[in-house]
Amino acid sequence: MLELLATAEPGGTSLAQALLQQVANGIAKGSVYALIAVGYTMVYGVLQLINFAHGEVYMLGAYFSYYPAKWMGYTTDPEDPTFVPAKVPLYVVGFLFVCSMACCAFLGMLIERFAYRPLRNSSRLAALITAIGVSLLLQNGGIMLFKADPRGFPTLIEQSSVDLGLVALTNTKIIIVVVAAVMMTGLHLFVQKTRPGAAMRACSFDMRTARLMGVNVDGTIGLTFAIGSIMAAVAGVLVAMDQPTIDPLMGLMAGLKAFVAAVLGGIGSIPGAALGGLLLGVTESVVGTFSTTYAEAVAFVLLILVLLVKPSGLLGKSGREKV
Amino acid sequence: MTEAILELKSINVFYGAIHALRNVSLHVNAGEVVTLIGANGAGKTTTLATICGLLRARSGEVRYAGQDISSAQTHRLVESGLVMAPEGRGIFPNLTVEENLRIGAYARKDKPAVASDLAHAYDIFPRLAERKRQKGGTLSGGEQQMLSIARALMSAPKLLLLDEPSLGLAPLIVQTIFETIDRVNEKGVTILLVEQNANIALKHSHRAYVIESGCIEIEGASTELRSDPRVRAAYLGET
Repeated sequence: MLELLATAEPGGTSLAQALLQQVANGIAKGSVYALIAVGYTMVYGVLQLINFAHGEVYMLGAYFSYYPAKWMGYTTDPEDPTFVPAKVPLYVVGFLFVCSMACCAFLGMLIERFAYRPLRNSSRLAALITAIGVSLLLQNGGIMLFKADPRGFPTLIEQSSVDLGLVALTNTKIIIVVVAAVMMTGLHLFVQKTRPGAAMRACSFDMRTARLMGVNVDGTIGLTFAIGSIMAAVAGVLVAMDQPTIDPLMGLMAGLKAFVAAVLGGIGSIPGAALGGLLLGVTESVVGTFSTTYAEAVAFVLLILVLLVKPSGLLGKSGREKV
Repeated sequence: MTEAILELKSINVFYGAIHALRNVSLHVNAGEVVTLIGANGAGKTTTLATICGLLRARSGEVRYAGQDISSAQTHRLVESGLVMAPEGRGIFPNLTVEENLRIGAYARKDKPAVASDLAHAYDIFPRLAERKRQKGGTLSGGEQQMLSIARALMSAPKLLLLDEPSLGLAPLIVQTIFETIDRVNEKGVTILLVEQNANIALKHSHRAYVIESGCIEIEGASTELRSDPRVRAAYLGET
């Protein structure tokens, strides 16, 4: 606590100020949770399946930009003493994001096609166990391929602190919040206003009827996985940029928290995922001001309390509307 | 015989080990209303599900508009005008009446025609026009059935499959629904109608098939079937 006050930005060292700062940090953290949480919530909305492999898609999103960056010569290999952080041009940053998004979209569809589709008509338990299996496969595959040690992620954007008046955030955290807000809004509009979005909503209401209305159900489910994975990929690159280290198990806790955020907000609801993510991030950060040990525990207590009062989650509908 | 728009040739369908349809053959000619009547569990809905690709026949052939559609995907069939209004109506309860209707036109690319068809649907079903901003789930059973048929019409069907449109409705409403079905047929839509209510189905159709335990037992013109003693005894409640 004392250190925290000491490191607080100039202009005030009161507890209120520290808390406010933590709220700001929490919003950045929560934006990441929200980006990942939509993947859980969309897939659940359409298939009533918890895609536990989604956290690993996020992890791979980070690696899918790490390797292209490395091949292009942008590294922060600590073993390389001659390493000088190169300034990464903006178009390369954009390329790395797109590369990661494309690879994750493909991976998401691949997982759906080969792990979940064959089980579409089996029990939900079978699909759930498969999801856990895919998750473990990707984690351990990641350890095998990328080695377990954390890797330094290239400095895509030079970090600096930005004074926002009452609080200060690093520029990378501000980018996280802005990108997440834009992507979540875009996704919401996509689902509500476009034809494929309508197909997704129809599938989530009633897949059989959607089929009878001429909706390509398999294609729509594939699209749902692709979009969820794209969001996770963006989250992965953003976090890698901010941290800046990545490791094959980074998807484990982030995935679990994002899942909690999705349930908290009401699984199946995209605005719910956003709200749940932010709430979780802020709670965690604020509690962390007092005790980092209990920060995560409090997040889960929050989940239990919300579910006791409203089992369908904050924005969840007890009816059938999902996505 | 005029050209058959739909033809089933010796269809066999299984649910696991259960042999649900046994060598079912039937055909529907363009412009007709054909009804498939039978008791609960006789295989009526299974037949419709097989036609529109929700179920696959283990053997036999389904032909629509001269093509083998035995392994066609449902959404492709909808695009080619083979549309089903499902049993239990399948209304999206949280979408408005109008949104439900628009989803019916999902498979279509001809936007201007969709707008005129929407107006047309409201024309046939004035009750739906009154309630177009209301959520589908708040409609009465009869209104939901109308919405289900109107939504299927929004897909611009050539062949409309209706699964138990009278299910759970009061006799007066059933009468209205069937009058609407007549009108839809007059507009040139061929209809295959599955019903438990044999009495009204036979009154509003040209030809009929009777299915029992997965086999077609009787077929013929609806007027003939209404006087057939077997049909009268089993389905029209006469002894």
